[in-house]
Formats: sequence, C-alpha cells, structure tokens
Amino acid sequence: LNPTTTQSAFDVETIRSQFPALDQTVHGKPLVYLDNAATSQKPQVVIDAIDDYYRTYNSNVHRGLHALSEKATAAFEGAREKVRRFIGAESVESVIFTRGTTESINLVAQSWGRTNLAVGDEVLITHMEHHSNIVPWQLICEQTGATLKVVPITDAGELDMDAFASLLSEKTKMVAVVAVSNSLGTVNPVAQIVAAAKQVGAATLIDGAQSVQHGEVDVTSLGCDFYCFSGHKVFGPTGIGVLYGRRELLDAMPPYQGGGDMIQSVTFEKTEWNVLPYKFEAGTPHVEGGIGLGVALDWLDGLDRQAVTAYEHELTDYGMQRLGEIDGLRLIGTAANKIAAMSFVLDGIHAYDIGPVLDRMGVAVRTGHHCTQPVMDRFGVQATVRASVALYNTRDEIDALVQSLVKAKTFFE
Amino acid sequence: MSPMSTQNQMTLEELKDNFEFLGDWEQRFTYLLDLGKKLPEMDEADMNEQTLVHGCQSTVYLKEQIEPGDPPTIEFVATSDAYIVRGLIAILQVIYNGKTPQQVIETDAVGTLGELGLEEHLSPTRRNGLHAMIGRIRALAEQNQH
Repeated sequence: LNPTTTQSAFDVETIRSQFPALDQTVHGKPLVYLDNAATSQKPQVVIDAIDDYYRTYNSNVHRGLHALSEKATAAFEGAREKVRRFIGAESVESVIFTRGTTESINLVAQSWGRTNLAVGDEVLITHMEHHSNIVPWQLICEQTGATLKVVPITDAGELDMDAFASLLSEKTKMVAVVAVSNSLGTVNPVAQIVAAAKQVGAATLIDGAQSVQHGEVDVTSLGCDFYCFSGHKVFGPTGIGVLYGRRELLDAMPPYQGGGDMIQSVTFEKTEWNVLPYKFEAGTPHVEGGIGLGVALDWLDGLDRQAVTAYEHELTDYGMQRLGEIDGLRLIGTAANKIAAMSFVLDGIHAYDIGPVLDRMGVAVRTGHHCTQPVMDRFGVQATVRASVALYNTRDEIDALVQSLVKAKTFFE
Repeated sequence: MSPMSTQNQMTLEELKDNFEFLGDWEQRFTYLLDLGKKLPEMDEADMNEQTLVHGCQSTVYLKEQIEPGDPPTIEFVATSDAYIVRGLIAILQVIYNGKTPQQVIETDAVGTLGELGLEEHLSPTRRNGLHAMIGRIRALAEQNQH
C-alpha cells in the first residue's frame, strides 16, 4: 500500500477527476460511461506510468545487462510483487502474467487438464459462465474424454446450490466458477464452493474478471487452486492478465507454450524448463502492461476498498430500482447479492435498437449476449442491454441512463 | 411486379430526397425506423437455416434470387427482429432490387448509405448483418454475370 496515494474517505468527484477519458462529450452530450464490465477507463497514474516507460526506460526484461534493461526488469518484477500483495498470494512464483482471463483459463485447462483429466472424470462449471470459462473446458474434455457438468441457475440468476451439491462427487476433478457474473451481476458464494470442492478432492479455478475491481480478494484464505483476472477491467492496460496458481500444482504442470524466457537450457535432445513463474511466460512479456497493472492495483489499494464496494453496491441497488420503474422493462438477473452489471430487455424492442439511441444521448452501454449465450437461452432472450457501473459512476449518470431509455422507447411506440 | 418484389416502389432518388429533407439525427433515425416498421413480413417458410445471415446481433434472414427475364434481375426479401436492421433492409431493397447482376456489381451500396447519412450503421462493430447481406446479394450477382 502506497501511503502517498491513500485517500481516507471515498469521494466520487475526486476519483472522477483522475480519469481523463470520463471528461468528454459524445454527440454533444456529456459521456456517461456504463460499459465497465467490458472494460474500465484508466486513471492518470496508469497512463503516466506507461508514458514514462516508453519515454525513459523501454527495454527488454530478464536479459540485458544494461541500465535500461535492469530498470525495466525491476519495474516489471516489482509489478508482479504488487499483484501478489493485491490478491494475497504467498509467493511471486505463484503469479503468472498472461494476456488476460481468457488466456489464464486456457492455460490451466490445457496444462493442468492434459495431465489431470481422463475418461470418467468430470469438470464442473456453472450456467452463468462467460464463454471463456466454458469453451476451454469443452476443448480439454473432448481431448481427454472427461465430462463437462453444469450447475443450473435460478430465475433470479443465482446458482442453484442444492444442484451444485448433488453434482459434486468423487468424479469431479475441477470446479471452475465465476466469482461475479458479467451479464447478471450475481455475486457467487465462492468460499463455500471452494470449501465443498476441497472435500471431494477437486481442484478449483475462480474467474475473478468481474470481481477484483469491486472487492478485496485473498486467494490464500479463499483456498482456491487457481484465480484469474484481466488488467483492463481493473483500471490497468489491455493485453495483460494474471493467473494465480498454487505452487504445488504449477510445479507439476507442463509448460503451456514454448519459446524464449521459459527455458533453463535447450539442446535438440532435451530442454530443461525455467523455474516458476517463467516456465509459463514464453517470449517477451507485456512489459508496460505489467508495470501499468501494478500501478493500477496500487492506486485501487490506496482507496478505502470497503467504502468503494459499499458505494458500488449502493449504486447498483439504485440503478436496479430506477430501471425497475420503467414501464415494459424486464430486469434479467435479480440476485439478492449483485454488483455492477445490470441487464435488461424492453418489451417489443430489440436490444440492438436501443444501443444506438443511448449512444446518441452520450450513454455507453453494451448490447448483445455478452459472451454468455447459455444465460440468454436460460432467460429466453436473444440479447440484453447491459449497464455496468464502476467506482467513478454516479447517481446522476444512472438518472441519465433512465431518461435516455424513456426517450428511446418513444422512437418505437 | 415480380412475385418476390414486395417492397414499395420507391426509387433511390426519392429515398435520397427524403433523407436530404430530414435535418438532424433524430429525424433520420425516426425515418429509418419507419422504413423498418413498414417492411413487409417475410414468408415464415423462407426463414430457415439456409436464409439465416450469420454473425449478427439480431436475427436476420435473407432470401435472394434471380428473376428470369430479359435481362434477368436480382430480387431479395429479408427480415430482422431489430427495427434498425429492417430499415436498412428496406433501403437495400430500393438500392438493389430490379437491377441486373451487372448493375448490382457496379453498385456501391455502402457509398449510397453513407450519402444518406447512415454512416454510423456501416461500422463492422455494429454487427448488424449489413455487410453480410450485401455480400450475399453481390455473390448471387457474380454467379449470374454474363
């Protein structure tokens, strides 16, 4: 925790002023950015860190014996330590930089899955997973003969925990679950899920892509085997992500990709792998991405995290209440514990028709299936409109969204 | 009037005049939606896996065919569950229907939509099926080029 960036009280206007992209007009209207589940805007400190890297010490890491390379290596490895602290991992060897959550999950599915899954084994996921926590498991199940099982969800968009308990068995080798749903906003009871999975000896992977930006995470007390998140959704740069893995598992896993940096020695007869975490980081890494992510996490940790989470819950509750007041609007995902993402449909109007109207009013939302087609099927819709808040959004912006939706409806009457 | 041609018989010049007369975005958008609302319904039997246009945010069906004659012409019907896409279909019908394969190949539909002030619907990120529909119609024209 960097004391110079610590802000004792949570003040949304102070936060907003640190995000240059929020201060602009779109089609002549003030930008109302409510597409945070897709990607977050970046605070000035992150932009400055990337700028500084390219202006003053751009260099390849882990190799050069010159001043710039040493500075870049120290910054990049310093960022790994910041990530370790942010997620509460025991050692930096457990922190692997990837391109994002998607690559993190694919790495585990392929590297862990190839050595740990066989015919008769089961991988348990849920009905509310992002495609990136479905398809990698389908691929590895196809390759190994393992079976994919799916925990159903309720009409409110919550996990059916009774069904989870009955699907979990000695056959279950992996339980891969999203911590917060990107399309429904549901906050899942991951601690309970991890504990139950452990009892049957199953490994656990938590998809934290929609979670780390909204609340504190501690992988050690959670006890999960793998945890994944993306930099760009937590105020960091795009193209950088994190895979946390328990050391015993990572040590036993074969490399995911081959190349430079991930080897100890290479001959045509035999190649020795590098130590963790480099074994899983083939090629020149995303240096400025890692550095920028470290700065973003420090920035976030400098805030009162509990106050941020409380504010985001309050903003989500307000949004759900205001949206619920609109005639003909149906909320998709009404879990008792939800944060940030609010999905809905309007009677007789395709989500695709709403997006452009909101855009004209300066309101940025997402329309579509949000890479969760099974969720859309479950609720009998093809697409939803999704508004998703971050810590810099305000009640006024929720009001602007609601006014824009009321206006949008008039076009279709 | 050919059996498939269910669209009203507005000419491209009339359509351009109408759009030119409209001032701001709101009026143009309302007119686009009006065209969409008036688009004749497609025969349900024609809405199937063969006519489905893939890669769209909304569901789009398009049935294109050659009307025999001297010279033969291209005709298509299409539908969508989104009004914006229905409006774009109506405009594409004005642009393409009744044209010979050679004329279809020589037609710059994207350019025309831009002239109408509908640039925002041309971006691939909109994934509205517009480019896929144009591709299908042009492919049929190319197969029947003499």
